[in-house]
Parts: sequence; C-alpha cells; structure tokens
Amino acid sequence: MALHDTFPTAASSVSSRTTIVRRLRRWPLGVLFAGSWLTLMVVIALGADLLLPYSITAFDLKARLAPPLLFGGTFAHPLGTDELGRDVTSRLMMSIRMSLLIALFGTLIATTLGTLLGFLAAHFRRYVETLILMAIDFQASMPFMIIALAVLAFFGNSLPLFIGLMGFHSWERYARIARGLTLAANEQGYAAAVRQLGAGPGRIYGLHILPNIASTLIVSMTLTFPEIILLESGLSFLGLGVQPPLTSLGNMVGYGREYITRASWIMLAPATVIVLTTLSISLLGDWLRDKLDPTLR
Amino acid sequence: MTDLLEANELTRHYQVRSGRGPFAGKATLRAVDGVSLRIERGRTLGLVGESGCGKSTTGKLVLGLIEPTAGTVRYAGAGMPPINTAAWRTLRRHLQMVYQDPLGALDRRLPIGVQIMEPLAIHGTATPDERGERARTIMDAVGLQAHHFDRYPHELSGGQRQRVVLARALITEPDLLVCDEPISALDVSIQAQVVNLLLDLQDRLGVAYLFISHDLKVVRQVCHDVAVMYLGRIVEQGDAGHLFAEPAHPYTRALVSAIPVPVSKGSPRRERLLLSGDPPSPIDIPLGCAFHTRCPFSTAQCRAETPVLRPHGDGRLVACHRVDEPALRTAA
Amino acid sequence: MLVFAASRLLRAGLTILFVMTFAFVVLRLSGDPALLIMSVDAPPEAIKAFRHAWGLDQPIWDQYVSYIGHAMVGDFGKSMRDGRSAIQLVLERVPATLAITLPALALKLGIGIPAGIYAALHRNSFADRLTMAVSVAGFTMPSFVLALLLVLVFSVNLGWLPASGADSATNAILPIVTLGAAGAAIMARFTRSAMLEVLGQPYIRAASAKGVAWHRVILRHALPNAAIPTVTIIGFMIGSVVAGAVVVESVFAWPGIGRLLVSAVANRDLAVVQALLMVIAASMVMANFTVDMAYGWLDPRVRRTMVRS
Repeated sequence: MALHDTFPTAASSVSSRTTIVRRLRRWPLGVLFAGSWLTLMVVIALGADLLLPYSITAFDLKARLAPPLLFGGTFAHPLGTDELGRDVTSRLMMSIRMSLLIALFGTLIATTLGTLLGFLAAHFRRYVETLILMAIDFQASMPFMIIALAVLAFFGNSLPLFIGLMGFHSWERYARIARGLTLAANEQGYAAAVRQLGAGPGRIYGLHILPNIASTLIVSMTLTFPEIILLESGLSFLGLGVQPPLTSLGNMVGYGREYITRASWIMLAPATVIVLTTLSISLLGDWLRDKLDPTLR
Repeated sequence: MTDLLEANELTRHYQVRSGRGPFAGKATLRAVDGVSLRIERGRTLGLVGESGCGKSTTGKLVLGLIEPTAGTVRYAGAGMPPINTAAWRTLRRHLQMVYQDPLGALDRRLPIGVQIMEPLAIHGTATPDERGERARTIMDAVGLQAHHFDRYPHELSGGQRQRVVLARALITEPDLLVCDEPISALDVSIQAQVVNLLLDLQDRLGVAYLFISHDLKVVRQVCHDVAVMYLGRIVEQGDAGHLFAEPAHPYTRALVSAIPVPVSKGSPRRERLLLSGDPPSPIDIPLGCAFHTRCPFSTAQCRAETPVLRPHGDGRLVACHRVDEPALRTAA
Repeated sequence: MLVFAASRLLRAGLTILFVMTFAFVVLRLSGDPALLIMSVDAPPEAIKAFRHAWGLDQPIWDQYVSYIGHAMVGDFGKSMRDGRSAIQLVLERVPATLAITLPALALKLGIGIPAGIYAALHRNSFADRLTMAVSVAGFTMPSFVLALLLVLVFSVNLGWLPASGADSATNAILPIVTLGAAGAAIMARFTRSAMLEVLGQPYIRAASAKGVAWHRVILRHALPNAAIPTVTIIGFMIGSVVAGAVVVESVFAWPGIGRLLVSAVANRDLAVVQALLMVIAASMVMANFTVDMAYGWLDPRVRRTMVRS
C-alpha cells in the first residue's frame, strides 16, 4: 500500500499497460489477421478491374495447366492457369468480387426484410404477427439449402434472382430479434413512453427502436455474411449458382474439381480464399459481439 | 371548478384462457369493472389498492392509452379520441404520465437533455433554440443541474432519473399528470424529495395529478381526494384527510389500520382490523360484494347483492351494505 | 403431457402443409406448369391434354385442394427423365443417404459432445484452446472444400480410400468423415458454451459447497441442465439426417437423396423436386416432433407452461 503511494505514476502506468495488454491478449493475432485479410479482400473486390493482369476469359492454350509460382511456375501466372489457359489469379479476383457482392447484397436484403417484418409483427400483432411467426417457423424448420434448391428448380437461374434468393437466407433471425426487442420496448419500455408523449410510429421506430437494436442486428450480420458465402459457393460448386461466363469462388472450385489430380491449384486457390474469408468474418464477429454486449446490457 | 377529466363507468375486460392447451375454456379477466372518477383542475386524486386491483389499468384508461370495453372518458368536456390517431397524439400535450421504472421509460442511447426536449420536437411547439431554453428551465424546476443535460440515463441515480421523467412530462405544461407508482422504486429518503417536488410543481404550475399508489402514507400526504379500489371497483371515495381519519368501508379500515404508526405511552389504542384469506383472482370475482370473502362483517346480503357507491355524508362515497350500521364502528 | 403432444403434432402437420403450399405457390408463380414440364415447342393439343390431365384448367382453389390431396398420398406424378413414379424414386434413395448420415450423426455426437464437455471443464487449458481452434475451422470450411481436401490427401496422394462411387463400404468412409467433422465441430462449440453457462450458475456452486463430489455435480446437475439447449441443436441435426448431405453426396457421387435433388434441380424435373420437398419436410418435422417430446420430458418447466395454439 505504501509503495503505491510512493510511486503513484509508475504503478498506475504499469497497471494501465497491463490492462491494455490483457485486453489485447484476447484476440491479438486473430482480429489483426482477420482485419487485414478482409481489407485485402475488399480492395481486390473494388479494384478488380484495375488489378486484373488478364481478362478472365482470355485463353492461352499454350500455357494450359501451368502450375503456380513456387511449384514450377512463372511470374506470368503466379497462381497458375486452368485447363483453358485462363489465368487463375485474374479469375480469382473477379470471383472474390462476385462472391463478396452477392454476400453483401444478400445480407443487406435479409437484414432489411427481416427487420421490417419483425417490426410489422410487433406493431400490428394478431393476424399479421401470427402469419409472420408461421413464416419464421417455416424458414427455421427447413435447411435453407433445400428451399434454395427448390426455388432454383422452379424459377431457373439468373443473377438477380439468385441474389434475391440469398437475401432470403436467415431473414428470420433478424425478424425474431426485431420483434422481440420491439415487444420489450413497447410493453414497459421507452417505446411505450415515447408513444405516450405523442410520437408517431415513424419517430418511434426510426429514432428510438432502430438505434437501440442496431448493434444486435450488426452482430447477426457478421453471422449471415459468411453463411451466404458458404451457401453461394456450395450452390455454384454444384453448378446451380453463378453461371458462366460469370465466375465465383464456388464456381472455380467446381471447375477445379475435375483437375484435382493433375492441377490441384485450380481448386485450392479459391477454396483457401473461401475459408480464410469466412474465418476472418467469424473472428471479427465474435470480437464485435464481445465489445458491444457489455455496454449494451 | 370545472372538471378537467371525467370518467364514467369505465370497464376493461380481457379474454383469457383458464387452463392449459388449445381446448381450455375461456374466462374473463375483469381488470376494471365500472369505475367513475372526476379530476378537477390543479387538484390531486389518489387511487389506492392492492396489487392487481386495477389501479394501473385505470390510469391507462384515463389517459386513453387503452380502449375501454365500456364506459367513457371525457377530457375538458370532449370525448377521448381513439389511441394512435392524430387527434389523440395532439392531446398528449395536455395529458402525461410518470412511471414506476424511470430507467425503462428512458431511451438509454440518448442524452437526457435531448429526451426532455423531445415532446417539444414532437409537437413542434417551439423553435429549436427555444427548446433548449425551455428544457433547461424545466430541469431547474425539477431540481436537475445544467450539467446533467448531456448525461445518459444510466449515469444518473434513481431519483435523478425520475426527475428527468417528470421534466419530460411537464415540459409541454400539461393539465393532468398520471403518476403510476412514481416513488415505489426509490429509496425512502429520495421518496420524500420527489414527493415535495410534486407538491411544489403543483403549486407553481397548477397541474392536476392522478396519483396511483399502494403506499397509503404518501397518498395521505400528497392527495386532496382519494379513491380506494378493490378488484376493479371503487369501494370508497372522498376527501383524503377525512377518509384516513375516519375510514368507512371495511376494506379501507383494514388498510388504514395497517399503516405503521409509532405508539407512545398514553396514545389511544388504534383499531386493528385483520383480513382473512387471500385476495381472489380478477378472473373469478365473487358474486355480490367482491370483498365479502374477506370481510369480517359480511352477511347473506353481501354475498348476494353488489353494493353501489352511495353518499355517506360530507362528500364521501362508500359501496357497502352495512356502512350505516353504528354497531360496526367499534368492531375490531 | 398429452395436450403438449397433441399441439406439437398439430404444429408438425401445419408445417408440412405450409411446405406443400409453398411448393404449389412457387410452382404456379414460376410459369405455366404445362409449358415447364413439357417442352415449349410441344404441339398445342398435347399441352391442352396435359393441362386437362393435371387439372390445370380448373379454378385455382380446386387445383390447390387436389394438389394437397395428391401430396398427402404421395402422388407427385412421374419423373420427367425416366418416367417412373417420383415418390418411389425418392424413397428408393433414402436408405443410401441414411447409410452415411446416420454414422455421421454418431460421429458428430460421439466426438463433439465429449470434446465440448471436456473443453468446458478445463476452460482455457491447451486442450480447450485447441478444441476451439479446430472447431472454428469446422464451421468456416464449406463441406465441399473439406471433402475435396480429404480426397486430395487420402485418395490422390495416399491412395488409401476411393474418391467416389458406392461400390463398397470403404467408399462410405470419406463421406461420413466429411459430414461428421463439420457437425462435430459445431457440436463441440455448442456443448462447451452450454456447459459453461450452466457451470456458472449459482446452484452448481451450491452443490459443490454442500460437499457433493465434483464428478457427481457434473453428472447429476450440470449435464442434465446443459442438455436442454443442446437438444435443440441435436434435433436440427437429426432433422437434417435426410436432407443434410446434398453437397457431400455430389462430391462423392454417392447415390442418395441429395444427389437426386441436385440432378432434379439441374434438369428441372419438377415432379421429383416436389416429392423430395415432401419427404424432406416430413422427416424434419418428425425429427422435430421427437425432439420436442424429448425436450418436454427433459425440462419440467416446458411441461407446465401454457401451450399457445
């Protein structure tokens, strides 16, 4: 005790430093890694047009199945080429853009749709709520892959339809959150109080409820985003998702499958990107949840 | 003095299931069962009773927050518009509410100053500059300091939060404030401060209160008139001072006798009236007088016939068949 | 308890009805079924005959009723590709799927649950960290990537196991491992968090303070309570026993339901797709029902709550 009094600054700076170190030790490498990988992905996705060394459809039949750089390849094709001589690096970049775009729009659609339906259910109650709850139950009871496949069977495939379909994945998660939190706010909480002040629904939902549930929604978005990436790559892998000449990560893995014995890099490059990207978002999501929850509660 | 608010035979029933499963029978929960009140400008009406007697529901009915199953509410002579219509919302400038849980009633993400100003923003009554001014004025009136303006609700104490809720409710200068257990959640010392604040504000602003509480000591202090509720009905009503000094209805007598009062040597022995049994459920209200199952004086008439509120002299209303019998006065 | 069971059964039935209605709606929305199922340049008389045979010239409500009626008895028409009864085609494939999903389920539960419990009991130890790290890989890696990696290692490079087909039991090993690994990872993670939540409860501390031996505290207090939320996940896994192997079956050319679904979708063989939807919905719903019953038996609170119909 006396020592602390004699050296207040040293003790406090040591203790504050150890607090920071202790706090960082939770995810020191993980979050940093995740953050930098995702930044790289976003840069590639945005700047694919500028960064592409080759067009994705440019064949070079003389350089078919060329191995990547450290396995006997050249700088001309750092990640090798595929069976038609197309540069893997370029295709990978465009695939990243496509997959990220689909995941982004899908997540946004799911969040908006789900939150809206959740609000409607909580606001109108009775029949509207029962209907929406039934839809939520239905969505939660079937694996979405099956529903997606059924819709693709009936409607065929086109990119806008596919993105819309992805947007239906996990909307029920947001609907449940929005409905639950709105009901709580309405019953005894701040929403009831503001309504009593004379506020209209626009003000209540827009200025009060939405900001309060935003962080929970955002954490859910970090779950949905990788799930859509996995879903989309699975469907594209099966040949039922993104169709050529467009390319996506799953697509590339699908094509690369045939050459798994001779040219495994065609499949490994996109597969690695998928795994690292979903891993990064999951790590980031976990960290975000830890950060946001204590202040929320 | 003209009545500010008049409620007539307010009734609110809920349909509930009385058992488990989808084939259970239906039952009616009679939360409020024919309540009539009058609140006058600048005066305080207290509403007391046990938990579950329908006080809070009555408060919400009076404000028009829930639709009555039957009965009417008239504010300043005009009927109450249906909830959530534009007319209802405009009326909110004159009718406000204060809650038991101030933390739940505030948005945790906004500074309290912004929340206090919000009613002005909603009703568009002042320019943005004026709003800040008026907010600070009302904060001063409720005893909050200027630097609290930017604080968040969780950074304040319970008493301060209740002041914030009061400030927000009073900033539009309403005529009526419904206070639903406003001090139950506060420490006893803070309770006294908030009670004094309420009295002070009534003097200064002339606002009327409907003061809902189960704490009789506070009600006695704050209210001009008191109505005692039991299972959705008013059993006794009258001037606060007289009612607590000389309660007439057996239920009121039991409540008053339960108020702890320090006994000193030589003070007259107080009446101590104990009730037997548990309060019945509002789904299953006894026939006749709802209180007869616990009343020490109940008779066959009480079991068969529901008493109505009748004048008992001196502006008092009592709903009891045997209230005029002098022999009951000294039973204990 | 009987009321609980009855209401759950009702709910199950409603879900199946919902699925079939969904299929009906989507089918009608996606275009003229006659044109979809027959090719576009079929002669108009053939299309008309088809419409009549299928009742497509009836008012929509009659169509719906007849559709549901057919669905209830399992009549979805014939597969476009080989003309056989759609439902029969589907039911034939179920055993093949179960042959890999059931062992995979055993793997998921047999490895996942103990791993999760161990990790929870030895929190922050090396074993715990390792389990968590590996399990994260489990749900970030898509099943087809894991499948192809296993093929790359065990078939291509090591040559120990066959890469596809369904000739012998060894063919089943890789699909089972692929399915099992991802599920085991999820199970471990979930079991761990359920256990941690329970271990943090005051009643655990009270039990051990009473002097109860630690292993008994775990066995009699912690595990049963942790089982309750875990059963929900297990339920979903059981429900996916028929439907959960779509991608894996395709990678390994395993002749099960998943593979049938993929080819039916690719060929737009709508009769088969509808039959599949029904079978999958029915199996999921039955599994959920069983799980709900187990839930009710495990958690006394559920048995007592009022049931909302």
